[in-house]
Amino acid sequence: MDITLDLIVFIVLALFITVNAILAVTTKRILRAATYLLFVLFGTAGIYFQLNYSFLGAVQLLVYAGGITVLYVFSILLTSSEGDQAEKLNKGKFAAGLIATLTALGLCLFITLRHDFLPSHFEHGELSVRTIGHALMSGEKFGFVLPFEVISVLLLACIVGGILIARKR
Amino acid sequence: MFDFGIWTSWIHSQLTAVMPEGLAIFLECVAIGICLLLLYVIIAIIMIYMERKVCAAFQCRLGPTRVGPWGSVQVFCDVFKMLTKEIITIRHSDKFLYNLAPYLVILASVMAFACIPVSRGLEILDFNVGVLFFMAASSIGVVGILLAGWSSNNKFSLIGAMRSGAQMISYELSIGLSILTIIVLTDTMQFSEIVMRQADGWFIFKGHIPAVIAFIIYLIAGNAEVNRGPFDLPEAESELTAGYHTEYSGMHFGLFYVAEFVNLFIVSSIAATIFLGGWMPLHIPGLDGFNAVMDAIPGFIWFFAKAFFVVWLLMWIKWTFPRLRIDQILTLEWKYLVPIGLVNLLLMVVVVVFKLHF
Repeated sequence: MDITLDLIVFIVLALFITVNAILAVTTKRILRAATYLLFVLFGTAGIYFQLNYSFLGAVQLLVYAGGITVLYVFSILLTSSEGDQAEKLNKGKFAAGLIATLTALGLCLFITLRHDFLPSHFEHGELSVRTIGHALMSGEKFGFVLPFEVISVLLLACIVGGILIARKR
Repeated sequence: MFDFGIWTSWIHSQLTAVMPEGLAIFLECVAIGICLLLLYVIIAIIMIYMERKVCAAFQCRLGPTRVGPWGSVQVFCDVFKMLTKEIITIRHSDKFLYNLAPYLVILASVMAFACIPVSRGLEILDFNVGVLFFMAASSIGVVGILLAGWSSNNKFSLIGAMRSGAQMISYELSIGLSILTIIVLTDTMQFSEIVMRQADGWFIFKGHIPAVIAFIIYLIAGNAEVNRGPFDLPEAESELTAGYHTEYSGMHFGLFYVAEFVNLFIVSSIAATIFLGGWMPLHIPGLDGFNAVMDAIPGFIWFFAKAFFVVWLLMWIKWTFPRLRIDQILTLEWKYLVPIGLVNLLLMVVVVVFKLHF
């Protein structure tokens, strides 16, 4: 196996994601955890860009890094006070967390290693926006119009709920 | 129009002739990164000098005149002053986040800066979802500002950061809607392609009424997005000292300062690219002699002329209008600009469907 530029970039990104993911769950301060989460999301977007799927990478940056992390930071700023530190884990919780993590890891490894992947039909070069748009809005086979519309209904419900909670009267 | 792609592909072929392709691509990336940062700094220095001179002109003053001819060395002196100042640390604050925040702001700014097509063949990031990527990159800056306000351990900074966050998130919507209006007209999201489609007329002329409305909305929202007057509430000196960067000193403050000015340039150059044709010269169909003369002017001169024209427009607005209140800013966005933007989008769809554009 020869070392190519792609491989080096992938290893750097993977290390970046792993280190930040571990830091995000081990840090004691909640805002730092949000920041490390932001870095994990950056790394994931980097992998999408490396796969030449710039649409998903841009959406990852826009929705997760620019949207959800900002929301997290906002709600942390509004709710928690200055010296908030996570309380120390007791033994039972630690054991439960460890078991859950190991089970999830085992499951993921089992599925990844046992699954025989189809030979990839991935076309090199960028996917055009037109193709993505048609796939999102078509009602035929491999079209995504139903999930697309259902998610928009869900978002509408969220907006209505948010207004209902925020309104005092 | 001269294509710089000939130069870049020549350099690439020369490099691949003497070394493996991976190494060549790596070296090119490093070289491009250095060029990008250099251009970033040069633009920042020009912008700061221009801000002082334009501000002075609007207030019937002369601006900097003492250091160098027309005060042109003043900005360099200020940069050296800032570089040599001590970076203070705040007690009882989260040092890691405090030091990280300016770099997040700069990262977002540089990523957005890399999307700008300066001339033909000089695009750095030219995805076919370029506009979406630009919006994504510029939305990261909010995180840096929020973190800066929080980790300063100072109530004024926190209020400034919250205001800034609310304002930037709100106005991103209007920017998105007005850019989307033009994308309906172009049916592409790639910046280089958007510029190429304007060869027979800039979009502000081709899209006539909806394009002009979108351009005005974009200018207002862009001004608010970069936190400049009359929307400079996050750093309102009279009430919040300096907002989210009150506690920063030395080059950390300098990074915020530079990012603010370059963000102004980025917003202007995107306006120039999307509405005013980018590096595309002014062409009038039918007048071939006139078009040939216009083609003789290089593309990057057209681009910088248009971008700095829009910068000048925004500076004019900044130094003319008084500052608004935060509730007025949010009312303006949510009750006026967003509905107008949505109706305008619909109008543009009608124009495109019935082929009413030029």
